[in-house]
Amino acid sequence: MSEITVDLAGKPVREVNRLLHDPLNGVTTVNVLNPDGAHNIAVGVNEAVKVEIHGNAGYYAGGMNKFADIVIHGSAGTGVGENMMSGSIRVKGFASNAAGASAHGGLLVIEGDAGLRCAVSLKGGDIVVDGNVGSFSAFMAQAGRLVVCGDAGDALGDSLYEAVLYVKGKIKSLGADAQEEPMTEADFTGVAELLAKAGLKHDPKSFKRIASARSLYHWNADADQEY
Amino acid sequence: MCGIVGLLVKKPELRPQLGSLMVPMLIGMTERGPDSAGLAVFGTPVNEAHRKINLYSGMTEAGADFNWHGLAHAIREEFGTDAEIATSGNHAILTVGSAAAPIKHWIHEHHPKLHILSTGRSMDLYKDIGTPTEVSDRYDFSHLQGTHLVGHTRMATESAVTPDRAHPFTAGEDFCLVHNGSLSNPNGIRRMLEPRGIHFDTDNDTEAACRFLEWRLREGDTLENALQKGFDELDGFFTFLMGTKDELALIRDPFACKPAVVAETDDYVAIASEFRSLAHLPDIKNAHVFEPAPEEMYVWRT
Repeated sequence: MSEITVDLAGKPVREVNRLLHDPLNGVTTVNVLNPDGAHNIAVGVNEAVKVEIHGNAGYYAGGMNKFADIVIHGSAGTGVGENMMSGSIRVKGFASNAAGASAHGGLLVIEGDAGLRCAVSLKGGDIVVDGNVGSFSAFMAQAGRLVVCGDAGDALGDSLYEAVLYVKGKIKSLGADAQEEPMTEADFTGVAELLAKAGLKHDPKSFKRIASARSLYHWNADADQEY
Repeated sequence: MCGIVGLLVKKPELRPQLGSLMVPMLIGMTERGPDSAGLAVFGTPVNEAHRKINLYSGMTEAGADFNWHGLAHAIREEFGTDAEIATSGNHAILTVGSAAAPIKHWIHEHHPKLHILSTGRSMDLYKDIGTPTEVSDRYDFSHLQGTHLVGHTRMATESAVTPDRAHPFTAGEDFCLVHNGSLSNPNGIRRMLEPRGIHFDTDNDTEAACRFLEWRLREGDTLENALQKGFDELDGFFTFLMGTKDELALIRDPFACKPAVVAETDDYVAIASEFRSLAHLPDIKNAHVFEPAPEEMYVWRT
């Protein structure tokens, strides 16, 4: 059980990433001070370590994360948790565009709002957003779950594959081939579990299920680009 | 890419620090825009009958050795008007006591390579090729004073790297615009504006947006109405930051393709492409930091 603190004020982000990529020798928590919007903080971590980022992170924070539990005590720039494999990332503030893009596994929790294209091309991870998500969220999402406790913008779930979206608030518009479906017992249980993991208090019964109508799965030459 | 920065100070006692607060913001956007930099700064307006014409001699043969005082003298002789000049290397602020248009026409006729950067009562404009640090040092940006400013760091995509194609762009008087992104219909906008007698200085896509919006303002639109027409007519990716004599305005395209973040305190409103340009600002830890939404208009007044 030991803890290390890295102050990034005036230092390149490589200082903290090298530390996280080298053998950790019993270090269980790494604190990052003055992140000041630097890009790529704690990307590619491959160990079960806690990373506490005290401030606002720039682009791609926690990208490709495996095993680590990362907390951003501030906002996150574009692409937080992109291509995450496992572990968890929690953003205490808002997250910019493309949060959790292409994440294969793990849990991304955003306590504020998420920008546009949240969960774009999601490949198996779980994302829980306590606030709203912007337009084009879950575009072409292939597997995994997105839980939105606020509202969703335009074209939610456009060209969805097998990812499933749960939305509590209003949906401005659904994208092509996304449809609302009845919630099953398995959906209520799944949402309850994700909310519990995220530490958020919402009634699972108040969520809608959005999934693919699968009408785009096969090419239809007669559709004339009208979907 | 490209980086944009903007700063508006809410308290008069902060006006002397405007430049020094902004320089680290501009330098923070070096990775987004290393090839050129510039800014427009708004301060106390000159007398109603006077106009400030900002000039750039970097494309003349004399460069920074341009005979600025000879120019002012010739204008006094030709127009029988006051003409004061404040110079800083290849940049000069010519303050004249009569209408700017005939004087600008005369400058264009007699010194075709002298670039007219801006015209107005409140605004001065600086832009040049070089890194943000080099350009800031060249024009001593840290000593600039005023109420608000609009800055830009450029990574060129749509036209060549030359001083006149750097940002901010300006049109009319006391209006400027910086752009992160690229427009897909600038030539259509040009074809609409040129028959109305609107002249373009460069082939840059941002200039089309700047002249379109200034044309709407000149036709009597409010800033909000002009921006709404911008959403209707301008196609492409953009975060635009604009300055008028007493406003800063920000819009993002519907896809929010280009970033922007705002930090606001009781003392200032600061805008940048990324938070790393805001991190050094005083009391930033207690600022209200938010990401402006796409297709919304944000207008801050001095």
